[in-house]
Amino acid sequence: MHRHLLLLLVLSVVSACGGPDSAEPSLSVLNRGISSDPESLDAHKARSLQAADVLRDLGEGLVSFTATGELTPGAAASWDVSEDGLTYTFHLRADAKWSNGDAVTADHFVFGVERLVDPATAAFYAQFVSEISALEAVDDQTLLISLARPTPYLLSLLTHPATFPMHPGSIAEFGDSFARPGNLLSNGAYVLTEWIPGSVITMRRNEHYWNNANTAIDEVRHHIMTQEMTELSRYRAGEIDVTGSVPPDSFEQIKEEYGDQLHVSPYLNLYYYGYNLTKPPFKDSPELRQALSMAIDRELLVEKVTGRGETPAYSWVPPGTNNYEPTVFSYAPLNQEERNQIAQSLYKEAGYSEEHPLQLELRYNTSDTHRRIALAIQSMWRDALGVEVTLINEEFQVLLANIQGREITQVFRASWVGDYNDAHTFLSILQSDNAANIPGYRSEKYDALMQSAAEQVNLDRRRLYLEEAEREMLADHPAIPIYFYVSKHLVSPRVEGWGDNVLDYHYSHHLSIKAAE
Amino acid sequence: MKKSGGILLFILVLAIVGPWLSPHEYQDTNFGEIFNAPSFAGMHFFGTDDLGRDLFVRTMLGIRITLLVAVVASVVSLLIGVTYGAVAGYVGGRVDAVMMRFVDTLYALPFIFFVILLMVAFERNFLLIFIAIGAINWLDMARIVRGQTLSLREREFVDAARLTGVSTARIIFRHIAPNLLGIVVVYVTLTIPQAILVESFLSFLGLGIQEPQTSLGSLVDGGVNQMEGAAWMLLIPAALLALILMCCNFLGDALRDFFDARKAP
Amino acid sequence: MLRYTLHRLLGAIPTLLLVIVLAFLMVHAAPGGPFDAERALPPEVAANIEAAYHLDEPLAKQLGRYVSGLLRGDLGPSFRYRDYTVAELIGTGFPLSLKIGLLAILLALMVGISSGTVAALRQGSMLDRIVMSFAMTGISIPVFVVAPVLVLLLAVKLQWLPAGWSGAPGAAKYILPVITLALPQIAYIARLTRASMIDVLGRDFIRTARAQGLGTKTIIRVHALKPAMLPVLSYMGPAIAAILTGSVVVEEVFGIPGLGQFFVRGALNRDYTLVLGIVIFYATLIIALNLIVDILYGVIDPRVRNE
Repeated sequence: MHRHLLLLLVLSVVSACGGPDSAEPSLSVLNRGISSDPESLDAHKARSLQAADVLRDLGEGLVSFTATGELTPGAAASWDVSEDGLTYTFHLRADAKWSNGDAVTADHFVFGVERLVDPATAAFYAQFVSEISALEAVDDQTLLISLARPTPYLLSLLTHPATFPMHPGSIAEFGDSFARPGNLLSNGAYVLTEWIPGSVITMRRNEHYWNNANTAIDEVRHHIMTQEMTELSRYRAGEIDVTGSVPPDSFEQIKEEYGDQLHVSPYLNLYYYGYNLTKPPFKDSPELRQALSMAIDRELLVEKVTGRGETPAYSWVPPGTNNYEPTVFSYAPLNQEERNQIAQSLYKEAGYSEEHPLQLELRYNTSDTHRRIALAIQSMWRDALGVEVTLINEEFQVLLANIQGREITQVFRASWVGDYNDAHTFLSILQSDNAANIPGYRSEKYDALMQSAAEQVNLDRRRLYLEEAEREMLADHPAIPIYFYVSKHLVSPRVEGWGDNVLDYHYSHHLSIKAAE
Repeated sequence: MKKSGGILLFILVLAIVGPWLSPHEYQDTNFGEIFNAPSFAGMHFFGTDDLGRDLFVRTMLGIRITLLVAVVASVVSLLIGVTYGAVAGYVGGRVDAVMMRFVDTLYALPFIFFVILLMVAFERNFLLIFIAIGAINWLDMARIVRGQTLSLREREFVDAARLTGVSTARIIFRHIAPNLLGIVVVYVTLTIPQAILVESFLSFLGLGIQEPQTSLGSLVDGGVNQMEGAAWMLLIPAALLALILMCCNFLGDALRDFFDARKAP
Repeated sequence: MLRYTLHRLLGAIPTLLLVIVLAFLMVHAAPGGPFDAERALPPEVAANIEAAYHLDEPLAKQLGRYVSGLLRGDLGPSFRYRDYTVAELIGTGFPLSLKIGLLAILLALMVGISSGTVAALRQGSMLDRIVMSFAMTGISIPVFVVAPVLVLLLAVKLQWLPAGWSGAPGAAKYILPVITLALPQIAYIARLTRASMIDVLGRDFIRTARAQGLGTKTIIRVHALKPAMLPVLSYMGPAIAAILTGSVVVEEVFGIPGLGQFFVRGALNRDYTLVLGIVIFYATLIIALNLIVDILYGVIDPRVRNE
């Protein structure tokens, strides 16, 4: 009898495991990988890059991007810019619709931005639109945006999910749960059908999308996989069509095995080490800061340690940024041996020597790549200068708290991803009053140059100010730019329409699935 | 038993002496020798890792740290667990109820979650973790010992001792404890691997030992990611880890049989 | 029996309180808050969010608020999953963790007990050695090695089974996680069963039964199995703890949205309420399970109950 009971129990558990999960065969389904759940699918509560990736499939701003990263009309069919660059007039598409069939009107954009900046919303990107001084819905299809200062990156900003329109009716109806599957209205190519936290976000074609006729894929599934190795295995097993990343460990092997399926492309994302500029030994010691910066062999690092085609960073702003020519460290033309010699004399100048070496704590958050880079830099500093580095691996939240506390940190790992394709997104974070200025850099000269740049209407003059600001800042060595990331994806040969771009945005509605051969 | 003990002793001696046999240091990176397969030519007996560090020296370091975990954790759990469980089981009644309630209280803490919280919250102090692992294992030990004691005290020879007026403490240590040895030894041999595995689990979560220090668990975790490209990074530490665990287990079994044979009338 | 059970139930209350306070303090002692990020928030936004989640209040007040919420059955909103409440997340995660855990335990019990018994009956034989060697191997290789190796072989190379969870068809996706999770438990249970069975088989009452000419099968089924199962039953507590640990790894490797994964992510992201909710939920569960084990003890061995 016991045996039968046991058997019954097993059977019932197995049968409770759920039926098949297969889609209708006629549907064209795209399986994508992302590395974490969005915080929320309310575009104003979302924060991470992953959330933005998902939101870009659901909603659409006034402006959008092509697969290769050129600006293209989105919910607005066209726009005019005033001579002084301070007023933009957007003409919305007559056929822009929400997924319930309601028309997308200029009011919805006004409502969206008002909700974004409303302190009660507590949106992460609340300051994102601080350059906008007024929004006005002239009529249902005409939106007027006035700027406090010329903002050449405004169009780029308007592609960001934080500036997507919001449907006031649905927020009034559902309140806090308006962003849930079944409730969430979208004005983009897809509409949310399911979100299983930690597992998958599923979306279906939005029949009311103005460009529905040109949307090939019927269903998109964003699979959430925190482990890069899991994602790789699933790609190799044919369960995922597009990966969100590629693990560093087996990169060479993947390159060999998958050839053109591997897409590696420059990306507006800086990997850097910050100094705590508020405490010794780095406070008031530009020599030491420069010495440490120079003693890092960035070429060796990107070749041997990261090894995925990253660009060594000798500037703060990544190459490939729109309308910008990054300035580089004055020492960039030297070879590493020459750099090390100068670094050694600077190190001595700063008061350190073999008998009296600098002792340093280097903090990084848990990640295989960060670990390897930290170990490599530890040995580079030891070999070139004799610095004694203690590595401290912390959890990300601990590291952030320590960085912001500015008490115990000395050197720490950090990075910055461009929110839009403009040098401003990188340079502004080192302004004295910027909340993201984690090294604590304070330079009146830098702030003044940034201010002058912001006042320019002429793009070339603005560029010159920004470049001058960067040059000024680099000479102070407030941080060590190490390398610029590359975006890395595996894209199945059955997926067509993929384009590489510096912002690493990949809209599902640009893609299509090749019919089975 | 001799074989297992011999192997363990050999591994231990190797882990202590080994580093002197190699010209390399455990923390030295070498970008010219990344992912070198094991060879005698470069004196990299176990190959090199993703930063060109010598894996032989690193593995020896890993063994030392891993064994340290095992010993500290087991000693802690053995001492506390046996005493606690035997007393509770033999004395019984209200004392037993109160003592086991306390164990239940601690048991209800989802221990592994607390270890994760500890590791996330505080500085990575590995000694703290070893003791945490040992301190949690005593609970298992206490429960098992109590369970066994409960049935042992009903056995004839204990009744006999009680009837002849032997004191409680003497009964526990003279009559109950020796009869617990079998199960305790088997259990300790399970505790050692558990402690090692918990440490490696923390390494898997990225909460393990600080670089450039290492443990067998961290080495294995690092090796898993390289399993296709640089199999030696996984195979050698994993084999050593398995070997150590197996030897502990065989040793335990052999000891058990030994005690059984002695116990038999 | 009923009084005993009630008594034990009441006794669980201080235990739970201790768990809540301990977990609450630990979570809040961890440096860094749920809304810290590299892209630091403007102070007024940060203040707004903190106020919305009552993080600006003194710790004691927060604890009081949390406990009073608990009494109303409210585990609060998740900090990381801002569209979900903790109860909802536990509601989606736990059934999965439970199914996988239960299947793994059942598999482990069936395989472990039978192979352990067989090994005990043929102590010292070739079969015994083979079974025990397998058991040793099962114990000796960490789950986080077994899982990716099985995935590489069975899912990536041979493509027999799915490599991941979401979107994979029905029952097939359970196979690898359950086997991975069960493997070490099979090994432990086989070893425990063997040790305890050998012990029991050496006792007088078994010899008496043998002398009476009863067959081996009858002796095992009628006389030996029950007492030999006591250590295995004792081991169920630790086994569940081990399955819990293992499930964290298995859920990470296979991308299963269970509680283990939620917990680890929650701890790393400082999702205070989610972490607390899961700890309290599991603590309650473990207390209940221990109670059941104790009652079972009483059923198997009446002498225990009568104390």
